[in-house]
Parts: sequence; C-alpha cells; structure tokens
Amino acid sequence: MNAPAKLPRWAELGLLPLINLGVALVLAGLIIKILGESPLAAFKLMATGALGTQEGIGYTLYYATNFIFTGLAVAVAYHAGLFNIGAEGQAYIGGLGTGLVCLYLGTWPFWVVLPLAVLAGAIFGAGWAFIPAWLQARRGSHIVITTIMFNFIAAALMTYLLVNVLIKPGQQSPETREFSANAVMPAAHELFAKIGITVVATPLNLAFGLALVAATGVWIFIWRTRWGFALRVAGANPAAAVYAGISPPRIIVGAMLISGALAGGLGLNELMGSQHRILMDFPSGAGFVGIAVALMGRNHPVGIVVAAVLFGALYQGGSQLSFDLPKINRDMVVVIQGLVILLCGAMENIFRAPLTALFAHVRAEKGIE
Amino acid sequence: MSKEPAAPPFTPPDAPPALELRGIDKRFGAVHANRAITFAVAAGSIHGLIGENGAGKSTLMNIVYGFHRADAGEIRVQGRAVEIGSPQEAIAAGIGMVHQHFMLVENFTVLENVVLGVEGGALLAGGLAAARAELGRLARDYGLEVPLDAVVSELSVGLQQRVEILKALYRGAEVLILDEPTAVLTPHEANQLFTMLRALRAQGKAVILVTHKLREIMAVTDRVTVMKQGAVVAEVATRETSPRGLAEHMVGRAVLLQVEKRPARPGAVLLTVKALEVQDRLGVVRLKNVSFALRAGEIVGIAGVAGNGQSELLEVLAGTRAASRGEISFGGRDLVREQLDPRARRAFGLAHVPEDRLRMGVVAGFSAADNAMLGYHDAARFNRGGLRDEAAILAACAAKMAEFDVRPSRPELRLAAFSGGNQQKLVLAREIDADPAVLLIGQPTRGVDIGAIEFIHKRLIALRDAGKAMLLVSVELDEILALADRILVMNGGEIIGELSRADATEEKIGLMMAGVRAEVSA
Amino acid sequence: METYTLIVLLMAATIRMATPLLLAAMAGLFSERSGVIDLGLEGKMLGAAFAAAAVSATTGSVWLGLGAGILTAVALALVIGYACITHRGNQVVAGMAVTIMVVGLGPTLGLAWFNLGGQTPQLDGAGQRFTSLVWPWAETAREMPLPGLLYAELLSGQNLLVYFAAALVPFSAWIFYRTRFGLRLRAVGENPHAVDTAGISVNGLRYQAVIISGVLCGFAGTYLSTAASSGFVRDMTAGKGYLALAALIFGKWKPWPTLGACLLFAFTDALATRLQGVALPVVGVVPVQFILALPYVLTVLLLAGFVGQAVAPKAIGVPYSK
Repeated sequence: MNAPAKLPRWAELGLLPLINLGVALVLAGLIIKILGESPLAAFKLMATGALGTQEGIGYTLYYATNFIFTGLAVAVAYHAGLFNIGAEGQAYIGGLGTGLVCLYLGTWPFWVVLPLAVLAGAIFGAGWAFIPAWLQARRGSHIVITTIMFNFIAAALMTYLLVNVLIKPGQQSPETREFSANAVMPAAHELFAKIGITVVATPLNLAFGLALVAATGVWIFIWRTRWGFALRVAGANPAAAVYAGISPPRIIVGAMLISGALAGGLGLNELMGSQHRILMDFPSGAGFVGIAVALMGRNHPVGIVVAAVLFGALYQGGSQLSFDLPKINRDMVVVIQGLVILLCGAMENIFRAPLTALFAHVRAEKGIE
Repeated sequence: MSKEPAAPPFTPPDAPPALELRGIDKRFGAVHANRAITFAVAAGSIHGLIGENGAGKSTLMNIVYGFHRADAGEIRVQGRAVEIGSPQEAIAAGIGMVHQHFMLVENFTVLENVVLGVEGGALLAGGLAAARAELGRLARDYGLEVPLDAVVSELSVGLQQRVEILKALYRGAEVLILDEPTAVLTPHEANQLFTMLRALRAQGKAVILVTHKLREIMAVTDRVTVMKQGAVVAEVATRETSPRGLAEHMVGRAVLLQVEKRPARPGAVLLTVKALEVQDRLGVVRLKNVSFALRAGEIVGIAGVAGNGQSELLEVLAGTRAASRGEISFGGRDLVREQLDPRARRAFGLAHVPEDRLRMGVVAGFSAADNAMLGYHDAARFNRGGLRDEAAILAACAAKMAEFDVRPSRPELRLAAFSGGNQQKLVLAREIDADPAVLLIGQPTRGVDIGAIEFIHKRLIALRDAGKAMLLVSVELDEILALADRILVMNGGEIIGELSRADATEEKIGLMMAGVRAEVSA
Repeated sequence: METYTLIVLLMAATIRMATPLLLAAMAGLFSERSGVIDLGLEGKMLGAAFAAAAVSATTGSVWLGLGAGILTAVALALVIGYACITHRGNQVVAGMAVTIMVVGLGPTLGLAWFNLGGQTPQLDGAGQRFTSLVWPWAETAREMPLPGLLYAELLSGQNLLVYFAAALVPFSAWIFYRTRFGLRLRAVGENPHAVDTAGISVNGLRYQAVIISGVLCGFAGTYLSTAASSGFVRDMTAGKGYLALAALIFGKWKPWPTLGACLLFAFTDALATRLQGVALPVVGVVPVQFILALPYVLTVLLLAGFVGQAVAPKAIGVPYSK
C-alpha cells in the first residue's frame, strides 16, 4: 500500500555495503577460527600483503584492473535491467580479439597497436554478448541462462583455438607465441621510471589507467548522456520507456554490447600487460568477481573502482596467506568473494529492513518529517 | 434484460444472516479504506456492493476473505462471530471468493484446479475421482457445466470464471463473493453468469456481487449496499431504487466540481480517427470502428465504464500500442501507417498524460528533474555537446514546479517522495510545457487531492482557451461533465454515442455507458 | 575392438556420466518447479562431494559420507532458501554466491583438515566408496553375444547410486503427477497466488522443494567423490551443475524428457572422450571441444525457440509477496 521507506543515500551507498562486507568478513573470520588460525592475524597478514609494500600495492591494483573492467560490464547491463553472468566468457573472447591484434599486427608501433587492440577486445567482447542480447530482446530467451551457456561455449571455443589453431608450433602447452615487444603494455614501473620515480617491478601496467578511463566513461555515459538516461529508464520501468519512445529491445542489445565491450577490456591488462600471450582460461574467474564488485559497488563506477581495489587486495593478500599460515591458502579469498556476493546481492534485504526501521525511528525521535 | 421476481425463495424470517459485518474498520497508513462498515447478507439472496473505484469495496471483501485483517469490527457467519485471519479460515467458515484476477493455475486441468488445497489425501487418484463425482452433482444443481479434463488456459474467460465458482462451491461455500465478475466478460457471458447466480440463490446460497456497474445491480440483486470513500452511504432493496438513485448515492452531490469556463470556440480539425481497430495479444478486439475528429480549442471527453476501450484508445493514439487497422491523421500524416513511435509523435506535437501515472508516466526512483523531461530527453534544450545539460534540466524542472505549484519545489528529490497530486502536476507540466497541438489526457486527477484537482482542471480549461485540442479519458463522470465540450461514450470498444455538453446529463450518459444506443447528436 | 563392444562401452560411459547429471537435474527440477531458480546446483553438489569424501575418509564409512554429503547440500540449500524465500532475495545471485563460496570452501577445509593441498585422502579402504554391484552370472554373460554383454556391462556392475538415480526418474514423475505434494508443487511454481488463496503456505512448499533439491544434490556430489572417483579434488564438479541445469531446461522441466537430455548430454561427453584424436572417415578429426559444447548450444537454441519451445514455470524467479 504505502511506498517502502527509503534509506538516506549515504546509508544506501555506503553504510549498507559496509555492513554487508563486515558481516561477510566476520563469517570468513569464523571459518578461519574453525580452521584453527587467528582471524585477526589472517586479516592483518592479508592487509599488509596487499597494501603494506610497493609490490603488494602493485599486484593489488593489477588484479583490480581486471575487476574494474568486469565490474563495469556487469553494472552497465544491470542499469538496463539485465543480469549479465557472461562477463567471464565475454572477457575470454574479448581477450582473443586483443591477442590476435597483438600476435598479427604486434610489430606495428605501440601507439598504433594499442587502439587496435582496445578496439578488437571491445568488438570481440561485444560480439560474444550480442547473441544472448539479441535472443533476449527478440525471442525472450532468459539472458541469465544464455550467458551462462555462452561462458561454457566460449571456453570450448578457446580451448579448440588454442589447442588446434593458435598454439605455438612445436609446443605442448596450449598457448600462443609471445607478443612482440611493441604489443606489450608499458608496465607501471617503466612509466614511473620515465618521470624519475623508481618503483618495484610488478605486473601493474597502463591498462589500470585505461580501466579508470573506462570507469569515467561509464559514469559519463550512464549519468550524463541521453543514451544513458534512456538505458536507465528502460531498466527501471520498461513501460515508462515505451511511453517515452524508448525501445526496450534496442536498449537490451545496446547495453549488452557495451557490457561485452567493457568485459573485453580484461585482455588489455591480463594479456598485453602481464602474460604477453594468449593462454588457457586467462580470465580465471574475473567475470564472476565482477558480479561481486558491481553488487558491492552498487553499480556505480566510483563504488566499482573502490570494490575492485578491495577485491584486488583480497586476491593479493590472499596469496600471502598460504606462505605464513599453513592451514589457509588463497582459496579463502574465493570464500570471502562468495560471502560478499551472498550478503550484498541476495541477502541485502536482511539488513536493509532493520536499518530502514532504525533510521525511521531516529527521524521520529528527532521529529524530522 | 428479463425481469426476474427478486423474492428470495426460502429464508425463514428468523434465520440469522448468512454473513454479517459489524463495524469493520481498516486503515492503510493515512488512507481510511473502510469506515465502520455494517451490513448483512441473507441466505438465498444476491446482495450488491456498489461504489466507484477506490470506494473501499475490494478492501472490505479482502478482509472478509482473510487477506487483510480489520483494525476493528466483527464478522459473523450464520449468526456466529468468526475470526478470519487467512483464506484458509475463510474457506473453513464457508466463505468463497471469486477474485477479479482469477486464481487459477493455467496449465492445470479444471479438475486439478478445483481440488488444489482440498485433495482429500496424499495421493491424487482417490481425491480426483471423488471430486469428479461431486462436480457432476454441482453441474446438475447449478447449471455449472465445465469440461473437467480441459486445461484451464484453453477455456474462455467465462468458463474460467465458472471454474472459480466451482472451486468455491466444492469447498462448501455458503457465502460466495464475486469481485467485479463481469469486468472481463462479454455481455452474453455476463447474462450466463447471472443465470448461475440466480440458481445459487435458489439453492439458498448467499451471493455478494461487488461491482461498479449499475446495470448489473438492477439486473440481478435483491438488496444493494452503496459505498463511498470507505463508508456505507446507503442500503436499499433493489426494487425500491433506480439506477439514477444509486448513481446519486455513489457520486454524491456535494463533490460536484464547479470550474468556470466559457463556451468552447472550436477551430480547425487537428486529429482525425477513422475506423480504428485494436486487437490485443490474444486476438481479442479491444477497439472497433472508432471514428471521430478533434478540433483546436475543444475538450472531447470519453466516458465509459472502465475497460470498455478507453485505455486502448489513448494508448493507440499515443503510440504505445499498435492499431490493427484504421487511420489516425495528424499533421498531414497517418500515424498508423507510418508506425510512428511515441517520441516521434511528441515531436510532431502530440503529447500524452497516461492514465496510470506510476506504471507508465514516470520512473518513481528517478529525480523529479529527470521525470520532468522523460520523453523529451532528446530535445535540444536538454542537451549540450552530446551531454545532458544538467543545469538546463534542473532549471526547466524548477520553472515547471513554480508554474504548477509543485511542492516541495526541489527538482533533485526522488519523484516517489512527492504526493500523488504533485507527481501528477509535474507530469502535466511536462506535457503542457512541450506546447503540443493535441494533448491526450488519461485520468488527470486519479489519486490527486481535492485542491490539486481544481488547479489541474483550471489549467486544462486555460489550455483549451489557448487553442489546444484535448482528448480526455476519465472514469469520473463529474470530471468529464466539468471539463468536456463534447462527450463520446464508449461501450464494448465502440463509440456508441456522442453528446454535446449542453445535451449531456448524467442519466443520458449513464444509459449510454450501459450500452443503450442513443441518437447521435450532430 | 568390435563395433558392438565399442558401442556398449560407450553406453556404459554414458551411464557413468549421466548419473550425477541426472541426480542434479532432478534436484533442480524440484526447486524450479516450485518457482525457485536453482543456480546453486553446482555449489551444492561440490559441497556434498567434499563432505562425503571427507567423512568417508575419516570414518571409513561411505554411508556416513553420504549422510554428510546430504546434510551439507541441504544446509547450502537452506542458505539459498533463507535468502530467497524468507527474505525475497535475488535467486540467481544467491545460487551463484553459494557456488562460489563452496568452490573456495572445499579446498580451504580440505587443506586445513587433511593437509593434502585441498584434496581429501584417497578413498581406498573397504567401505569407503560406493563400488560396483556385480549381478549374478554377469561374468558368464559377458562371454555371450550382445544381450549378455549389455547385461554384464550396463545392468550389472553399476554402483548403488546409479540404480538410485535410475529409479529416481519414475519416482519423481510419480511424485509430480500422482501425489498431492506434486500437484501443489507444480501449482506454486505457476501461480503462487492460487496456492495462497487455496489456503496453502507458499513459502512452506518452496522450502520443502529447496530441501529436496539439497538432498538430491547430496547424492549427486557423493557420487562424484565416492563412486566416480576416490576422493575430492578441487572443482571436481567442473560445470556439471550448470550442465544439469541445461539438461533440465532442455528437458522442458519434466522428469522423463530431462532423463533424455541427461543421457544425450552424457553421451556427447562419452563420445567426445572416445573421439579424442581419432580420425573419422570423411570428416577427419572432429574437435572434441565442439562436441563438448553441443549441450550448451542445444540449450541456447531451445531457449531461443529454434528447436521446440521450453516453457518455464511461470512464477520462476519471482519472490512471492501477497
């Protein structure tokens, strides 16, 4: 009957995600405790491992780069009312596009290769998202299921290409030859060296900057352009979209193309920036981390960057765990990731209701409204 | 309509009423939906419950069926006070309900639907056989023939309704509530329904018919209770009243709105509709052979009982629904043939205030400023260099808020935070601000407080005097009488008559709304 | 190898692969027919696989392992239920979250408890695994022509869980179409309002369905770690949960067609394994990846309405509110 009371913006965007994250960490701590290690020691180790050293920070941001791309991909689709579980596959195929440019045009000057690689990644990623999008828009096929299926199809396709087509001749493991030097993303320490600052060498590279540019671009697109407005209207109220002369099927396809293109950015960091070749399963779950990042970042680019760095820190810090705590390894990070998705995405109502009641109570006490 | 003797066949004079409500009171937040409702329904009678949309009929019946709990009051069945906290308890008390939206599992057979919840054992076979026998008996007793093994989705709406009635009877209902049962029926099906209801009455059941159609009350009920704004305003024997008398109770004289207006001075024809037809997805004809012309400087009101094609007419003109044939000429174009989308129509000067504001006209979670430009988001005045011109968007909204007295005048606030009246004023402001030649308006004052109603009416008259053409759809007859210069009456998807404002009376319109064709005045 | 021996072996491999698929698909069937999307199949299966192997390794009893597998999967199902039924959370997110959590939790607990890099110890003791049950005269029958071979290789020599899975299909069909519970379950996935007005608890029914899904995932996971292999290894479900989901959709949310889909998908898997690197006449070497991707492609085509039409339960994925 009456509209549900709303939380203040800061509580919705800041407090609630923090509470959810806090509960996820408490649960993770509980598991660590059960395993017979000290949760505080573990978290401290992760924090110092991720942020305590230049190397740690470099790795943290390097991981975060992947998560920004996939998190943005999930978020753009979300604003159009779509749940894109296929960022993993789109990143995989998108990376193929980037990798092909690097392999076959990689001898061209870097500043020619880079835009081509970006473009190829975006086009391949968008292409992979197009089919589920079109099927949803025109034939009503549930995009959650089709994107899951396309993740598996992408994996099969890439395995085939790497094993049978792209594999470096005379080699056993299914990966391509190395990119030529012109097709390698400048590393952060090299860039810093140019302006006279010496930092430790890490896989962190220019792609992080590109990810931030993408985040800015998404922000501008979603909130500062009429196309972003149309996309949000279609996501929030399809009937109002039709009324306003916005075609929901077109929005579905458009949003998914952008989403896939963003996921395709992962290859810039992972392949051009770090691996310098195409190899099996290089997205390694980043597409799914993107879901957690988008949910926690409330689908806002700023929130996504923050959440991506947090998850980057978790991944980097998690790898420290196994060195120092014999009973824990970085799988713990995946557990935390699952818990965050569960609490931020599926159980958010649990804390929202009491929190809303609390705010209403406080307001009543103060006599506001 | 055949006149039936309305006398109940057998009810001992001292028998307690089958259902009695005493002082039922219910609030939803600030809305007082039911105010101390008291009435009784005798066994072997058909009792009408009539009132306009929002009068509180459905809330009351949902309380009786256990969906809502009354804040105060008592429900008595066969003279005993009962506590009804869930549909289960209502069923146990012998109350059955046929909801406006059927509660059927569409891919189940009739038989499966009937036994759902009363399967008579962990295994189906025995229960289904018993049900088959019992349903055969009910079919004989009440003339409720339904193919038991047919899948419900393949049945006509009338037959689906019959399944709902069978469900209630199979559960032993002595009191049967039907909520707006004819809203979805053809006139023929409605007559069949009434025959069934009379059979039920003859068997001693108490039937409550919830409706806002006067014709049905007169045709089939023995007594009628009239509700208005949550309260009972009259209870009479049907024989002792007339449609006009009921209408007076329903509408009431006190709320008649007086808006000063000069006679219209119609100008050139701006919009012509010829032989327009609309079919819905199921192929049902919703609009047939609709033709009319709309002139500059006049308001044409569309009157009719809800669901007789008015909504479809608005939508097909606005472009949110496709026409299956016919012609809409506007600005030298045929909107049907060119299949122009709503955005293009707006650009040509055809604006639309939709009937259901929250479902279609706004995005409640967006800011007032965003909502104040919805549909015009491509316009040059809201964009600069490929980006939204935020300052212009906010300024335009602030200007609209000032002009239309929208409070609070804070463009950045979420639309959901505004009252219904203020939301509506903002929607009107948005569509008027675009300076359209033709304005389509659905339910301009639905869910709007009294003060805002007057304001909105004055603005619409002013707009007319400025030479705009307006098509007004409203379920409030008062509103149509207050605003329209010409009135088209719709029934069953057709325009069945036209009245000039001078000729129009509530009675004439009421008769036409009920499907009685009148001479078309030129 | 003679052709018919090859075919029989292919069929045997199909049955081995189909068993966990079928158990999981039937699990999903109960959940989805009640209106709750079951994206947690993979996670529940994986959790059960770990628990079953861990308990079997520790106690030496595969039956206790099965119990632990079921309990674990049910617990995970209840997490999904609590989020989605009680708190009306997003069903897709809840299922994914549980799956991701378990992907990490299995190896984490495995490492802490067994110190074998996340695996469980090899199940090689007596009674630690579900082993093949050899039917009478199977060895004799093997020497006989085709019917004998079929008897020996297909009917005989399977483990208990395979027979259980096979029996589950007619049993589920019977539950769905012949019992009160089945009628209500199908109703609640189509129109929960109808169920509510009939005086039946919507949430109660959905919880029952979700718990049944947990139990069956428990069997599926236990099969993977204690019957199909001897112990838990990381990610051992390898997408079988999603493949089961695809089978269930391809089977149009009905028990018998779902069995057909599981057998088809299992057969493509068996075929892919057989055809690895084998050059066929005319077409040459068929890339196994294409065969392996076939189930997913088929499911997408079905969802798109290009090969028949799968109609999902109408209320699926929609949290119920009055």
